[in-house]
Amino acid sequence: MRFVDEFREPELISKTAEEIRRLAGTERHYRMMEVCGGHTHAIYRFGLKDILPENIELIHGPGCPVCVLPMGRIDDGLSIAKDPNVIFAAFGDMMRVPGTLGSPLEHKARGMDVRIVYSPSDALKLARLNPDRHVMFFAIGFETTAPSTALTIKRAKGEGIHNFSVFCNHVTIIPAIRAILDSPDMRLDAFIGPGHVSTVIGCRPYEWIAQDARKPIAVSGFEPLDMLQSVVMLLQQLKKGEAKVENQYKRVVPWEGNRAALKVMAEVFQLRPYFEWRGLGFISQSALRLRDEYAEFDAEQRFNVPGIRVTDPKAAQCGEVLKGVLKPHQCKLFGRECTPERPVGALMVSSEGSCAAYFNYEHRKTPLTQLSVA
Amino acid sequence: MCLAIPGKIVELMSSGDQDCAMVEVVGVRRKIDVGLLSEDKPVPGDWVLIHVGFAMSKISEADATDQMNTLRALGEVEGAMQEVQGYGLDHDPDHGSGGDPNDAPSEYTPPPITKAIQ
Amino acid sequence: MSAPITTGVKPQAIRFRDPQIEMAHGAGGKASRRLVEGLFAPLLYGNSPGPLGDAGIVDLGGTHIAITTDSFVVKPLTFPGGSIGELAINGTVNDLAVSGAKAEALVVTYVLEAGLPSSVLEAEVRAMAKAAQAAGVRICGGDTKVVEHGKADQMYISTTGIGRLLHGVVIDPASVRPGDKILLSGPIGDHGITILLARGELDMEADLRSDTRSVLSMVEALVGAAGPGVRWMRDPTRGGAGTSLNELARDCGLGIVLQEEKIPVRDAVRGACELLGLDPLHIANEGQFLAVVAAEYADAAMNALSLVPGGEGAQIIGEVREQPAGAVLIATSYGGSRIIDMLVGDPLPRIC
Repeated sequence: MRFVDEFREPELISKTAEEIRRLAGTERHYRMMEVCGGHTHAIYRFGLKDILPENIELIHGPGCPVCVLPMGRIDDGLSIAKDPNVIFAAFGDMMRVPGTLGSPLEHKARGMDVRIVYSPSDALKLARLNPDRHVMFFAIGFETTAPSTALTIKRAKGEGIHNFSVFCNHVTIIPAIRAILDSPDMRLDAFIGPGHVSTVIGCRPYEWIAQDARKPIAVSGFEPLDMLQSVVMLLQQLKKGEAKVENQYKRVVPWEGNRAALKVMAEVFQLRPYFEWRGLGFISQSALRLRDEYAEFDAEQRFNVPGIRVTDPKAAQCGEVLKGVLKPHQCKLFGRECTPERPVGALMVSSEGSCAAYFNYEHRKTPLTQLSVA
Repeated sequence: MCLAIPGKIVELMSSGDQDCAMVEVVGVRRKIDVGLLSEDKPVPGDWVLIHVGFAMSKISEADATDQMNTLRALGEVEGAMQEVQGYGLDHDPDHGSGGDPNDAPSEYTPPPITKAIQ
Repeated sequence: MSAPITTGVKPQAIRFRDPQIEMAHGAGGKASRRLVEGLFAPLLYGNSPGPLGDAGIVDLGGTHIAITTDSFVVKPLTFPGGSIGELAINGTVNDLAVSGAKAEALVVTYVLEAGLPSSVLEAEVRAMAKAAQAAGVRICGGDTKVVEHGKADQMYISTTGIGRLLHGVVIDPASVRPGDKILLSGPIGDHGITILLARGELDMEADLRSDTRSVLSMVEALVGAAGPGVRWMRDPTRGGAGTSLNELARDCGLGIVLQEEKIPVRDAVRGACELLGLDPLHIANEGQFLAVVAAEYADAAMNALSLVPGGEGAQIIGEVREQPAGAVLIATSYGGSRIIDMLVGDPLPRIC
């Protein structure tokens, strides 16, 4: 696969890992946060922790849009779909996330019309194909995904489609990073920046991290060589006492971002004054809702939603794991009451949630003494 | 939030006011929306990054090659410099073709280091 | 010389406490396992020894007969490379084959939806006849039920097959030892991805076909060349190779370590999986099998398979080790590794 395989070249990976070991030395302990859930997933998928030296600690950040979604929002979305005329459409990632009365898949088993879509345009297509039903798209994602939802809504309006709405849970990444840096328990040296969000927002929005918080940040791709190169860049900055924004993912991320995508987002969405992030509490100006001109496509305006806040069980330590204060296995419920099959928190359901990633990929590992197979 | 895959545009299509394209990823063809690239329209042959059925960005082959070159050169300059510094070139004119270790630009090619010199 | 199946490792006691049946219970992963081991096994198989394999072995006055049953529910009914009819024959033939038995006879049950066009039914029956002939198996009886429109996705087919155990092979996870090699007959993921694309919900196409076929000739070649060294076999259908290997790891209590670059996957399957966020190790196959072979027999096994039409793609993909006990680890060529878990329910595509 072009633009994928080159960045998984084994020899080059080993070589880069060696360079990291050389740069990292042994005296200092480095704490680097990878903000994006996609990076969390990549780290486990490629076994990157195995090849990084022990004194580089990768901490998982809150960039998992499924993980930070409060249970009450899932309940709200599902309550709209109780109406048999409504089709609940969402990405596969949402299907097993538990609401108070069960996950979307469990609701489907009980008769709700729940469909998996792979794109917001699939949801709109469903609306076109089912003119006598209403299709409600349960939208999630950071700025990577929001423009696609926005463009789809704009198209729906342009086509005069009336049986389509979006339950919008799009959130923005910068306030989440701010919340991390503001957190008193957090000690971080550097950030591995979210590469795909940056294809939309560019690299400028991170400048305050370098300038004000004095932390280096490398906007990173998702292949093993991308992430390793980002670690090299961050180590080089840290050793020189620098703090700047670097674009490791140049082949894809434009420094100024994607203007067309930002434009359509601004056209269709506006910032909510505040939004609740599971585990992080209320954060102002951190989430999107549809503008009034698009009110007919806003599921929250077209339908009555209970809007009940559901607090997580006290024992669940999702917030601390999300902020990187605790490692997944340090949560009291990990592996016991909370497993991927019976998840308590979304971190255990989402494929990029750190608890699920740790559970699925890591926690039964023992060091490999010998890797080659005849 | 981040599953995005590189794909090659093989055909541009338009249905109504929608900009679509057919991309190919190792023989798998998928119809995607290129509406987010309206300010920099891709053409067949271009590589784009695809996320939830939308093209998010064009992929720059030049930057990709650049990155690979940087990675391949990683450690070579530093490593070579350390080796060269270790020989105390300033005091050993018999060493050979070495240069001043203090001005090694990025194109610096380290001289072959033979074991005898150690 | 056929030998009786030894009493193997009994699965740990699992209680089935799920309040309702979900699609996940049929997906071949953890939920399915919970249902079978927690509800069916204690109530129905209570007195039967041995681990739950693909087929049951019955001693009929000294002759050991393998018997297995399988049902086929697939949408769409036909797809590139085959149709439900072929799956119904090959699936049962394969279950018997990987239990070390040659299928002799099958009986078939059809559950048909009222309104199903007869031409569709006839096409499937023809496909089954053809597949049965290719597999060398006799269909000797069956049953038909018709249900109301909307109560069956056009048709459900169930086949039950019996066969005689092949000479010289004893399938028993308890006989697996560290150092044994893991053998895979060919590329994984073809069937599941073909079905996914054939549903037409994704705007995606690829030049892919289901791999549905009988694996009996390959199994016979394997047993012929390496019989005493064959410890375990399975056909990785729903849940994929990852799930089957997890079952093995659990049943034998040892670790399975796979080498990622050795696992054969077609480009198109890889591309589709990358696009959708799926793992080929969790995708269903209908014409492949996994085998654990003692190291000293591995070369003979591979040679034998390479000579069978369809066996050229066989690979040794890993080996058995002491650790990680009870789990499956996949190692990359640059020193990274990750655990491959059993699927929970159906593989879900992801965007994150």
